[in-house]
Amino acid sequence: MIKIENLKKSFGKLEVLKDINVKVEPQEVVCVIGPSGSGKSTFLRCINRLEEPTGGAIFIEDTNITDPKNNINKMRQKLGMVFQQFNLFPHMTVLNNITAAPKRLKGISEEDANKIGMQLLEKVGLEDKAKVYPDNLSGGQKQRAAIARALAMEPNIMLFDEPTSALDPEMVGDVLEVMKDLAKEGMTMVIVTHEMGFAREVADRVIFMDGGYIVEEGDPEQIFDNPQHERTKAFLSKVL
Amino acid sequence: MLEAITDTFEVMRDAMPVLMKGLQMTVLITIISLLIALVIGLVFGLFSISKNKVLRAISTVYVNIIRGTPILVQILYIYIGIPAVTDLRFSAFAAGVIVISINAGAYLVEIFRAGINSIDKGQMEAGRTLGFSYGETMRIIILPQAIKRMLPAFVNQFIVSIKDTSLLSVIGIGELLMSGQSIYSANFKAFEILTLVGILYFIIIYTLTLFSRWLERRMDVS
Ligand SMILES: Nc1ncnc2c1ncn2[C@@H]1O[C@H](COP(=O)(O)OP(=O)(O)OP(=O)(O)O)[C@@H](O)[C@H]1O
Ligand SMILES: [Mg+2]
Repeated sequence: MIKIENLKKSFGKLEVLKDINVKVEPQEVVCVIGPSGSGKSTFLRCINRLEEPTGGAIFIEDTNITDPKNNINKMRQKLGMVFQQFNLFPHMTVLNNITAAPKRLKGISEEDANKIGMQLLEKVGLEDKAKVYPDNLSGGQKQRAAIARALAMEPNIMLFDEPTSALDPEMVGDVLEVMKDLAKEGMTMVIVTHEMGFAREVADRVIFMDGGYIVEEGDPEQIFDNPQHERTKAFLSKVL
Repeated sequence: MLEAITDTFEVMRDAMPVLMKGLQMTVLITIISLLIALVIGLVFGLFSISKNKVLRAISTVYVNIIRGTPILVQILYIYIGIPAVTDLRFSAFAAGVIVISINAGAYLVEIFRAGINSIDKGQMEAGRTLGFSYGETMRIIILPQAIKRMLPAFVNQFIVSIKDTSLLSVIGIGELLMSGQSIYSANFKAFEILTLVGILYFIIIYTLTLFSRWLERRMDVS
């Protein structure tokens, strides 16, 4: 589904990703953990080319997305992304946030788009907020609306960059519930997270990143209960 | 004493029809020019935030030249300077509109640039992530938010441009100030006429100032 080969990324002189090799299978849920500044966000943002990789290749269903000949806008439609800061469009109602892209990019009629939008809002528990503007939502509601917005393009893969880090603790659960539902439905997901409990429960595989490398990866039991590398142990002893 | 006052009012009343014509011309030139300036400001504003160095340079040069020279020089340059060495001839009206447009345009470039830059980077990223192109994201997501924030600055530029049109009197455009001049050169009542001209400018400009402040307050609330 996703195949990343020798991915490198530098910002000027700063080499953030040094040599990343990852494969994600269809329907797999991969959680990425690691200390702050280790390159987790940069890694995720390279997958949909929000950051331009400086080396290596990224294949999404056998299409090389780093190839400039391929239409990045088309390819991004298949890759949903959820941000730490939600990034909802404040000048549109919640429903319009969700329907804007399918209407304009897929030519879906207003009526059908609204129907799909309402179904998605129901799915994330916000059906009563359709006509509300994002400023009037709580953080947890915003993030669930943002997930619904990403799902509206019917992506094959969902990327999450610390989706609960900006939330008050009591809001985290609702958002994680929605993500668990998605995992159960078989969505392929790559999730950067600090929620170790969630990673242990939902992930098929956990990737530990540090210093621009993947230091260790494996199923959650292996990583959390029996880490092999000193750096993994040191990191986990701090966060668990 | 009383007679002097009624005299004054009579002079002003007689001047009103001509001055209102002049005022119309002032407003007409300002509105046409501002509409053109909005297009210039948007296009060069987008240039100024583009990744392309050449486009950025074009925008910078344009803005610096216009902002770095007096508008009176620009007026004479377009109306007299350019025709002196080329076959290009502009009517006074066209020259006036051109100058006010490119002048206001240069200031609007900065307003557009600041407005677009004031929108959180995450908005562009969210739009692009959904599959919108750069242009679509600008049009559908960034500009609607940015323009709302720019409204008070637009109104301020409108005010500045209205004042600038008074300089067009030097090339004989019958705007408000020129109309006043033509009246007092005939009846020698410069004090009364210029007072009235000032009052007319003031009414329009002050109304717009209040409108701009009201817009700013409304922005703060939302
Ligand atoms: N646009 C950028 N320009 C320059 N440096 C950047 C840029 N984005 C990230 N970096 C740097 O790259 C490094 C990795 O950043 P990244 O955001 O990927 O880390 P992270 O693992 O997501 O950290 P966190 O857990 O704090 O979110 C950091 O040193 C950061 O300062
Ligand atoms: Mg990060």
